[in-house]
Amino acid sequence: MARPKRSSPAPSGLLDRRLFLRTGLAAMGAAGGVAAGAPGAARAAGPPETPPWMQYPGAPFTAYGGPAKYESKVTRTLIRSQPGTTGSGASRTPLEMLEGTITPSGLHFERHHSGVPDIDPEQHRLLIHGMVKRPLLFTMDALMRYPMRSRIHFMECSGNSQLMYGPTPPPLRAGELHGLVSCSEWTGVPLRLLLEEAGVDPAASWLLAEGADAAAMSRSVPMVKAMDDALLALFQNGERLRPENGYPVRLFLPGYEGNMSVKWLRRIKVTPTPTMTKDETSRYTDLQADGKSLMFTYPMGVKSLITRPSPGLTMPGPGLYEVSGIAWSGSGTIRKVEVSADDGRTWAEAALSTPLLPRALTRFRIPWKWNGGSAIVKSRATDSAGDVQPTRDRLVAEHGNNVVFHYNAIQAWSIAASGEVRNVYA
Amino acid sequence: MSTRSLLGAVLGVMALTGCAGSPVTETPDLGRVATPAEVAGWDVSIAPDGRGLPPGRGTSSQGAIVYQQKCQNCHGEKGAGQPNDRLVGGHGTLASKTPVRTIGSYWPYATTVFDYVRRAMPYSQSHSLSDDDVYAVTAYLLHLNEIIAETDVMDAQALPRVKMPNRDNFILAYPTRPK
Repeated sequence: MARPKRSSPAPSGLLDRRLFLRTGLAAMGAAGGVAAGAPGAARAAGPPETPPWMQYPGAPFTAYGGPAKYESKVTRTLIRSQPGTTGSGASRTPLEMLEGTITPSGLHFERHHSGVPDIDPEQHRLLIHGMVKRPLLFTMDALMRYPMRSRIHFMECSGNSQLMYGPTPPPLRAGELHGLVSCSEWTGVPLRLLLEEAGVDPAASWLLAEGADAAAMSRSVPMVKAMDDALLALFQNGERLRPENGYPVRLFLPGYEGNMSVKWLRRIKVTPTPTMTKDETSRYTDLQADGKSLMFTYPMGVKSLITRPSPGLTMPGPGLYEVSGIAWSGSGTIRKVEVSADDGRTWAEAALSTPLLPRALTRFRIPWKWNGGSAIVKSRATDSAGDVQPTRDRLVAEHGNNVVFHYNAIQAWSIAASGEVRNVYA
Repeated sequence: MSTRSLLGAVLGVMALTGCAGSPVTETPDLGRVATPAEVAGWDVSIAPDGRGLPPGRGTSSQGAIVYQQKCQNCHGEKGAGQPNDRLVGGHGTLASKTPVRTIGSYWPYATTVFDYVRRAMPYSQSHSLSDDDVYAVTAYLLHLNEIIAETDVMDAQALPRVKMPNRDNFILAYPTRPK
């Protein structure tokens, strides 16, 4: 293993974030992943010189590819629906099983209020009406002819991580705790184009977006956001939207709480005021400790968590590891992620994946020489608005435990000498 | 179209014509103008001042019958909850360690009850209730929460006038989120 010259381990063992880049493949080869087994184990149990898959031709072409069969355990997780229902609840992205920044479409989290509708795109229409000069009906074929834009953005449910408001740390994996966040490339028509064609009354400050699901899920959206960066998304990661992500068309509001990006969009009504739908009054409002509630808390706060190591990914022994995680902010671009391996006593700056994109998942990585002792690892993100991810103590002190939305506190994982990783409040 | 793209041209034209200006000529303009009858058929949302409420009426006693037939299986007897959301009670609990958020204790607008029941309930048969039934079951839920009297008639005029107990306890966080 190549010895880092200027990177003698701090007491916590965190090394310079450029170590792996500087020392190159030699260090990488010796480092191993969290799930890769002990150093040398792979060599001892090496493959035969001519394995079976080299002795005859492989499988034929496939019309639509899927993941390797050996990865079948990588699925959405903690799938829960309301009693007596199958489609009113959520499923989560298995964050600890993924790397990079783009979530495979089939693993994008789901949050439905009345199941996934089976919408025939030939019959589906989008109506824009209300305070406009001309109410307009669009077919999906018509929308496909409009100029489009592509944007890489995270989507996060405002209820993500809500179990962490509880009195004791839930013994769950990263995706089960925080997997109501995903990141995709979204392609579609800027909503502004269609609003301009309809001719919006200057006195209109809001619009209502309504879905074609059986709950006709609806949210009010500020006109300022609609005219800024709202997208009528038709494609996700290069292909038409998956049914569970709003096929054939959904609203997409970068950085805002996920439920506002109404799926299966069928109607936009331009209005003078918010409509005060069920989901923006009784559901997605934030009850504070004093009994008051915050209403219209749109941007998702700056947030990060370490995905490797994390619960369920047992560390196979002392040595050099790469700590890896994701960071994001609804208010802009991630500027900095600091990592601590000594329960917050010291922090080291992690390397960030590039390009750095606003309102997108950002991957952070930092080498860590684990000495095999118990440790607590954390990450802390700072965004371009200057917002710093709060500690859990501070978040709860400011907003109480009764709020179930917008949890964005620093996540701590405890690592035992056995290598087992647990969720802790620290 | 130049390499600056169709989108650039479209947005450029829009910048010149402004938000509410005359018809924009340089966009695809592929929407068909919807007729008033088409819009009326789609426009189900109800504003907090009552705009959009349809003709019709109902009382709590009528609503009790609808509730028992269509709602009770999921929301329990008299809105007590189980297996799904509790709809009644919880008054005075919001600042406690165990807040109970119901229509009565939490919802800020009575119009929202009508809007939501009509668009989404009953869960397995949404859009199946008549407007009279929706008024009636709304009246029943408001009465169970001791917000209106048992004999009060709910219609397009009366419903927006109902003041929900928790209405003044919401703090607007947009456009500036309180820290």
